[in-house]
This record gives sequence, structure tokens and C-alpha cells, in this order.
Amino acid sequence: MTPVSASFRRFHWLNGLWPWLCAASVALSLLMLGALLSLLLVRGLGHFWPATLEEVTLRSGDTFAGHVVREVSLPQQAGDERLYFTGNRDIEGVRWRWVAIDEITERAQPVDLIRLERSPWGDFIGRLVALEQPDQRWEGNAAWQRLTALLALPANQRQDSQLLLTTADGQTVRQPLANVVSAQAPNAMSWWQKTVAWSEGVWLFLSEGPRAANTSGGVWPAIFGTVLMVILMSVIVTPFGVLAAIYLNEIAHQGRLTHVVRVGVRNLAGVPSIVYGVFGLGVFVYGIGGSLDTWFFSDTLPSPTFGTGGLLWASLTLALLTLPVVIVATEEGLARIPDDQREGAVALGATRLEMLTRIVLPTAAPAMLTGVILAVARAAGEVAPLMLVGVAKLAPQMPLDGEFPYLHLERKFMHLGYHLFDTAFHGEDVQAAIPLVYATALLLVLIVLGLNLTAIFLRHYLRRQRGNEC
Amino acid sequence: MLASLHSANNSQAPVAHFSSEQSCLSIDHFSLAYAGKVALRELTLSVPRHRVTAFIGPSGCGKSTLLRAINRLHDLNESVTHSGQVTLEGQDIHDPQMNVTELRRRVGMVFQTPNPFPMSIYENVAFGLRLQHRLPKRKRDDIIEWALTSAALWDEVKDRLHRSAWQLSGGQQQRLVIARTLAVQPDVLLLDEPASALDPISTLKIEELIRNLKSELTLVLVTHNMQQAARVSDYTAFLHHGELVEYGPTDQVFTNPRLQHTENYITGRVT
Repeated sequence: MTPVSASFRRFHWLNGLWPWLCAASVALSLLMLGALLSLLLVRGLGHFWPATLEEVTLRSGDTFAGHVVREVSLPQQAGDERLYFTGNRDIEGVRWRWVAIDEITERAQPVDLIRLERSPWGDFIGRLVALEQPDQRWEGNAAWQRLTALLALPANQRQDSQLLLTTADGQTVRQPLANVVSAQAPNAMSWWQKTVAWSEGVWLFLSEGPRAANTSGGVWPAIFGTVLMVILMSVIVTPFGVLAAIYLNEIAHQGRLTHVVRVGVRNLAGVPSIVYGVFGLGVFVYGIGGSLDTWFFSDTLPSPTFGTGGLLWASLTLALLTLPVVIVATEEGLARIPDDQREGAVALGATRLEMLTRIVLPTAAPAMLTGVILAVARAAGEVAPLMLVGVAKLAPQMPLDGEFPYLHLERKFMHLGYHLFDTAFHGEDVQAAIPLVYATALLLVLIVLGLNLTAIFLRHYLRRQRGNEC
Repeated sequence: MLASLHSANNSQAPVAHFSSEQSCLSIDHFSLAYAGKVALRELTLSVPRHRVTAFIGPSGCGKSTLLRAINRLHDLNESVTHSGQVTLEGQDIHDPQMNVTELRRRVGMVFQTPNPFPMSIYENVAFGLRLQHRLPKRKRDDIIEWALTSAALWDEVKDRLHRSAWQLSGGQQQRLVIARTLAVQPDVLLLDEPASALDPISTLKIEELIRNLKSELTLVLVTHNMQQAARVSDYTAFLHHGELVEYGPTDQVFTNPRLQHTENYITGRVT
């Protein structure tokens, strides 16, 4: 028999190549993930770095101040254009300015340019001339020092002060100090001061509520809402999922019906989330919520209490959405426990309940946690069903506060995912929203990562403590 | 010799008989079926107190099934049906009055593969104790030390009682499982091929342990290993196809079996 030549085999050209193909797909996946994370990191965190302010003079003699956002090349060699953020919406009517680079005759970075963040009207960019109080007046550098000192005080203690400002093209403006949120002179700042200002910016983003229709300010209510909703969801879904898995794996007769139920549960995990949203709206909000309103809150009707989207309904809907994940993970954990563990416990005189609670459940605890991790990761990132069952663009009150009964399950809440969607698509100023979108997306990723890591460490700890592998 | 032996009548399987004072466990016309498939057929034998009784026979002959029936472990499987009687110290174990968890405390069971629970050595031994009653820690510690000493494991683990039991070697794990069972002070210890997953040295330790334990309790050993049965047991029962073929003192069964069938099996001519 003659030996078969290598080229005679099917896919012989794959020999030696296939490990590289596998490695390449890993590399490509890592590259895409890395690109995603670095884009979010650079764009999201870069937004808070105090940008250098420029004073630009155009060929037409026009002068304005602002910071560079980006440059684009126009098609057909029409030259490059640069986008400046100029602020001063109350004076100029717009906050952005596209300038052809050929038109620019002079770019300077004078140290006396300042940026004020105001509410209302957003940023002001220009120069500080004087700070006036009814009985006193500071000018120049003294005015700047007085301003920074006053801004450290609460807003109600600086109501009588006024700022005298000039824009880059020479207009004079008066600005009540009460409207000013913060002041910066970025061109005069050292690298260290900029770092401090950057971390303050990040902190304010994390700790404050949104301003100006979600185009500035922070996302604290959205962080809080997301985390609270996910915690409530976990509290609801874990016992249900674990009990269901115990029934399926430990109690039910392992027949055709159990098999059908198991397949059904696995397939539920693939149902699109908006379908759960519709179900939540129909059953929880209108059905149960509407009934609760007629029974207990009839004096406030027709304005609904529970008959409208709220924290409770959102948590329940997401609990339903993630139930299959918890059941499947727990069942896999239970199935991995060898029968001789169960028999060993029973043979020592344990009842079935004692066997379950002392041997089976503790051994399966890491698997249950895996289920909860997956559930949390899925729930924290869901937006579509929430839009139907309780998320709000801007919630006037937090769902958890000092007012009895402290946890307000009927209130609408803010959610990072929805906030992201709203900022990106429903803002009135798209340019201003872009960096916030990146920052919010980064935050959402970090929160999901943080929740996951907590659960992973908890699982690791449980495993170490019990010295098992399940 | 404690047991008085009678040669049985020829139509019946040769069986060793014990008076009720000598008999700890007695099995009377016991049959058992898995989902209608008969695994044990009309078994009748009695197990003497403070002796080691070995059940031997080819795979699938029902020796493990019989062992598990004594502990009522088949209760966990709803497709199992049985008839006939098993009595422990004169009490029918299937009597509705019988508390099954109490029965299982009195009849300890050690399985083929060591199955320590995923917890510390100490907690493994304390597991059965904690199910029974609340004990002061001192008392519990004493029982645990006694159980581990009885299982010839104390010296090896006394410095790491709170480490995971899964870090022990296979032989140590099996002795830990025996200690765990001893801690609840059973009357009978059932051993289902306790050494089949162990290396020769661990096997010898387990065998020595079995010999030493018979002063404390009654042992029933299921084994595939003829030499092991010959080395450790006082009585041997040979089962085949769910029926008792021959039962008698080990010396007699191994050196001078009554039936050709038994001799063939022991000498390795049938499996």
C-alpha cells in the first residue's frame, strides 16, 4: 500500500495553520475589547481635564475665545475646519463655532482667560474685570482671589456679589455670583493644579445630579438608581431561582415533564428583553399596580401610585428576566455535587432537609453566586425593558431617602443605561453630550465590573473556606 | 466459637444460624426490585454481633444493594420496592414506628469512594453529632478525639483539625469517613468496598481498623477482593444473581465450600 500523500487529506492546508487561526481570533477579540475600553477611558476621562483656552483672531478681524474640540478635513480639498467650544450662549446664542483653519490669523493662550460654569446658561469664557459688592469692589488679580474664596462658600452667602466680565471681542457682561457654580483659569494652572481640578471634576460627575437637561452636571442619581435596582433585583431573584433549581434537581421526579421544564427555562433566557418589559408593563404596572391603587390608594386617583412604572416593577421585571440564568447556574452547581455526598449525609442520620441545608446548599453556594453574577451583569446593562416599567429621564426624588418609609418602591428612578441613551439622543446640545456619553458609558462598564468582581471575590472566598472545587 | 453452626437441609442454601442473642441483624425472606427488576430474591441470613461478616459475589449480584437496604438508603429512590423483613436487634426496620434517621444513626455506612464533606476535618466528624443533639464543646471535642483515635487517624490529623478534609489522602479520607460514622456511636457499621479505591498500604490500614473495631460493634463488609474477605471477616456470605448461595464461617467457605459454585467463584473460575 502506498502511503497517502499529505495533500490528499481534506483540509491538509490547515495543518500548522490552525493554531495560528485560533490565536488570531483571540488576539482580535482582545484587540477589540482593548479598543473599546481605551476609547471609553480616553474620551470619558479626558473630558474632565481642564482644556487650554485659546484666543483666536480671524482674517475678518473677529476675535473669540474657546477651546479646541476637534478638527475635520472637508471633502474635495476644501481645507480643514476646527470646532471650538466658545460657551457664552446668553451673549452669542450658540456655544460652538466651526472655523476654517485658513481663516485664523492668530492663536494665543493668554493666562487671564477664565472659564465660569454657570447655572443657567452653562459656561462663560472670557476675562474677569471686577468683582462688585454693594459696598466694595475688587479688580484684577484681587478680584480673582476674592472670587475663588467666595465660591468655596455656600451659594446663599454670596447673593449680593456681582461679576463684571468681558468677552474676547470686548463686550462687557454683568453676572450675579449666585449663578456661578465654579471658576477656572486653565491657562494659568500648573500640571498639578490641573490634576486636582480633573479629580474634582470626576468627583462632581460622580456625586452630583444632572443639570441643563442632562447635558452637564453629574450622574449620581443614575448610579444610585442602577445599583439600588440591581440589588433589589438580586434579592428577589436569588431565592426564587435557587428554590426552583432545588425543586427541579433534588425533588422533582426526573421524567419527561422535568426535562421539558428544564429546556423551557433555558430557552426563556434567550427571550428578547423588551418582551419582558411589555410583560412587566401589562402585568405588574397595569395589572397588579392598578389593582393596588384601587384598593389602597383610591384617594389619590386618578393620579397613579403603583399603577405607573416604578422601582419595584422594574426590579420585578428584571428579576423575571434573569430568573432563568440563576436557575440554570444553580442547577448546574447542584448536578455537580456527587450523589455520595448526599448519601453520606443521609447515612449519618440527616433528614433530607438537613442534607440540603448542611451539605448540598453550602457546596452549591459558589454556583449560585455565579448565577447571581451573571444575573447582575445582565440586569445592570438592560435598558429596553426599563423604559416601559419605571425608568425616568430625570427623577425629582431619590428612591431611598430619610422620609418614611425610606425605600420608596413606587418612585421612578434614574438608570445609567437609560441616562446614556437619553443624553446621546435626546439632548438639545449633541456636542456637549458626547463626552458625557463616553463618561457615562465608562461608568456603566465600571459598575458592572465592580458588581461582578465583588461577587467573584465572594465566590472565591467561599470556595477557599470550604476547600472545594464546585 | 460463638456461633453454633448447623448444616442446612440440602434443598435450602447452606446458611449459618445464630441464636437471637448472638444475632444482631437478621434478614428474613427479603426481596428487592428496582423499577420491577428483581435485585434481591428471598434472602434469609443473620449477621452475628461483634463479628465481621463479608458479602462476596460477582458484580451485580446484589451485595451492595443488600447493604444499602439495611440502612434504608433505598428510600431515596422511589422506584425501589421490597418485601420480607430486616430486623435490627429484634426491631423491624421497615416498621412505620421506626424512625429512619435514628435507624441510620444506629447503622453507619461507609461508601466505596471516600466522601468527606467539603468542610474541615473537625466539622466532618462533628456533622452527625450536631444532627443529634446540642453538646457542650468540651464533650464534643472528646467524642471527636475518641472517634478519630478509634479510626486510627488522630495522630495524623490532630494538628490540622480545622483544615479542609479534602486535603487528606484517599486512605486518610476513608478513615475520616469511618471516624465520622463512629462518632454517632452506631451498633452496626456497613462497609461497601471501603478499600477498593485505595492503595495497598491504605488498604492494610483499613483492614486492620476493621479487625480492631469488631470489639465495639458489628461490621458488615462488601468486597470484591477474596483475599480481603479471607483476611478480615469471620463469616462470609456468597451471593449470586440476588440469591444467597452459601453462608458460613470464613475458614469453611474459603477452604471447604459446600457448593461447587462457591468454590468456582473463590478460585476465580467464574466471575
